[in-house]
Amino acid sequence: MLHIFCPHCGELRSEEEFHAAGQAHIPRPLDPNACTDEEWGEYIFFRDNPRGIHHELWIHAAGCRQYFNVTRHTVTYEILETYKIGEKPGVTEASLAAKKAVAQGVTA
Amino acid sequence: MSNVNVYQQRPDAGHAESPLFHAGLDELARKGKSSAGVRLREKKLLGHLTLRGDASDPDFAGGVHKALGLELPVALTLVANGATSLQWLGPDEWLLIVPGGSEFAVEQKLRAALDGQHIAVVNVSGGQTLVELKGPKVREMLMKSSIYDVHPSNFPVGKAVGTMFAKSQLVIRHTGEDTWELVVRRSFADYIWLWLQDASAEYGLAIEA
Repeated sequence: MLHIFCPHCGELRSEEEFHAAGQAHIPRPLDPNACTDEEWGEYIFFRDNPRGIHHELWIHAAGCRQYFNVTRHTVTYEILETYKIGEKPGVTEASLAAKKAVAQGVTA
Repeated sequence: MSNVNVYQQRPDAGHAESPLFHAGLDELARKGKSSAGVRLREKKLLGHLTLRGDASDPDFAGGVHKALGLELPVALTLVANGATSLQWLGPDEWLLIVPGGSEFAVEQKLRAALDGQHIAVVNVSGGQTLVELKGPKVREMLMKSSIYDVHPSNFPVGKAVGTMFAKSQLVIRHTGEDTWELVVRRSFADYIWLWLQDASAEYGLAIEA
């Protein structure tokens, strides 16, 4: 059972209280009528399925009932951070790669 | 004032039935045991209002204070003044519980104090009820029922959380050393009542009217 930090409640809560709600950071097209079918289909139906870092939307359904974002590793299921909607993720595939490069003594 | 449809929703005293009306708690209270680890009382037919607004707006916080005399509580807390309590439910949502019958007046007072702001006040009195649990064994009973850590170091008096309880959901409020309150939704009330009877059986359950 995971403990997930709810950024609104400000404490670690049990996974049972949460529901995952799919990929995060999907902006709705500003002018839907100007979209091609392909663009609209992309927005409605197509989601990433990465092996590694994934930014997701979760809801604290039994607690404060707010949506927030989670950065999760899809292989280990490790939750690296949680942050409120509107904020930028602190951990990304790029930031992890940079960290790894530093650890190995590689300079760009 | 906004043109929201605000009206007196409370039925006549003779017709009002709390969510635990069918359990006949008044009848059970007369058969009460003398020594019980858990004493249960339904605080029935109170006025429940959900209040929504922008917590970071000083006008909103000030308006609420002006109308209720209570400061907006911060995350996971509850403030009370006599029979009136205001509880944090979410970053923009609070639950206000007032004595039964006064909710219409309080709602109008709130609307007047918050006039012109982007807010919502909704009377949810009919949708939920408040169950008070008292006694030395209540915490143990909660430990069996909820996934949330109810140890005093994690759950001091004045804290209130929405969480899982007996595979369903409710709000647990810690209002005194040995006193806890559950905010139970109407449709879950019978299930929770059956669960509480079963979970309290080993400590002895007494009903208070």
